[in-house]
Amino acid sequence: MVRPPYSILHGINCISNSGIRMAACIAIIGKENSAKYIKCASQRIALQFHYKIHTSIDIIEEKLNVGNKAATDSRELFLGLLYSTEEHKIFGYAPNTKVKFVVVLPSSNASFRDNDVRMMFRKLHLAYSNAVCNPFYLPGDEIISKTFDSSVNEIMEFE
Amino acid sequence: MKPQLAESKPNPVGSGEADECLFEYLHAEIVNYVMTTTTSNKEGEEELSKLEWMGFGVGYRVIERLTREWSRFKDELDMIKFICTDFWSSLYQKQIDNLKTNHHGTYMLQDNAFRLLVHIGAKDSKQYLRECPKLLAFTCGLLRGSLANLGIVSIVKAEISSLPSCKFHIEVQRV
Repeated sequence: MVRPPYSILHGINCISNSGIRMAACIAIIGKENSAKYIKCASQRIALQFHYKIHTSIDIIEEKLNVGNKAATDSRELFLGLLYSTEEHKIFGYAPNTKVKFVVVLPSSNASFRDNDVRMMFRKLHLAYSNAVCNPFYLPGDEIISKTFDSSVNEIMEFE
Repeated sequence: MKPQLAESKPNPVGSGEADECLFEYLHAEIVNYVMTTTTSNKEGEEELSKLEWMGFGVGYRVIERLTREWSRFKDELDMIKFICTDFWSSLYQKQIDNLKTNHHGTYMLQDNAFRLLVHIGAKDSKQYLRECPKLLAFTCGLLRGSLANLGIVSIVKAEISSLPSCKFHIEVQRV
């Protein structure tokens, strides 16, 4: 957070006043498409992200059950780019346990590759399964955990 | 295709004696504890639900870890197969011996030497047959919880006919 805003000098990332975070928003959608966890870099435009994430659920569902034809071809958990707008790129990931992970990245930052995003999801998945394995966590609840928060923060600032 | 489970499953089949018996002892104690703390009314119908619920929680969490490195399941049968092979061998050090299905949501999983029953008595002994259902309640919950986390709502029942072997019936609830 206290790093110098060099990215602004370079003319990128002026959309959200979030410093130089890599990810703009990370969300976990539950089995019944209820939000389990949403974290946005900037609270000011959080609503916009909520909207974006809920829109992306449709695309994830579409990717998951395309008559079991295209879906069986790629059985990878990482779904790739869901869609991109001028400002953001939205990526999806769906583990076997019917939850959905969504990450929104600023599209102005072109330096990341698919593999980086894949790594982000992998870390997120690890953090999520650790959070679920907490015996006091009730299946289906929202995730309220400091450990999870901090690991999500780490993922967001990952460059 | 075969995922690396090295991290989440430190002991592959057949190693680590200590890990194995720890679970067995703990399970026996849990059963004991639940039996002494709950009042038994008419043939112990109600008291097993607590054990079953514990199993549900464990199954739900275990599956979260086990499937992390796994590629996506094609369909329901694929999930059940996963339960029969990897899930079972990571918990009970062996695979399910027989899987039957009617392809309409009913599955029968048969284990010819179920680990929690092998030490109860000699083969085909009838002596402790009445005590056996409470040793299976946890595992029923385990199956139900793991399927629930995979998105399958089900009812799991167990059946013992002769001692070391038992069958688990899974009925998938369609909505």
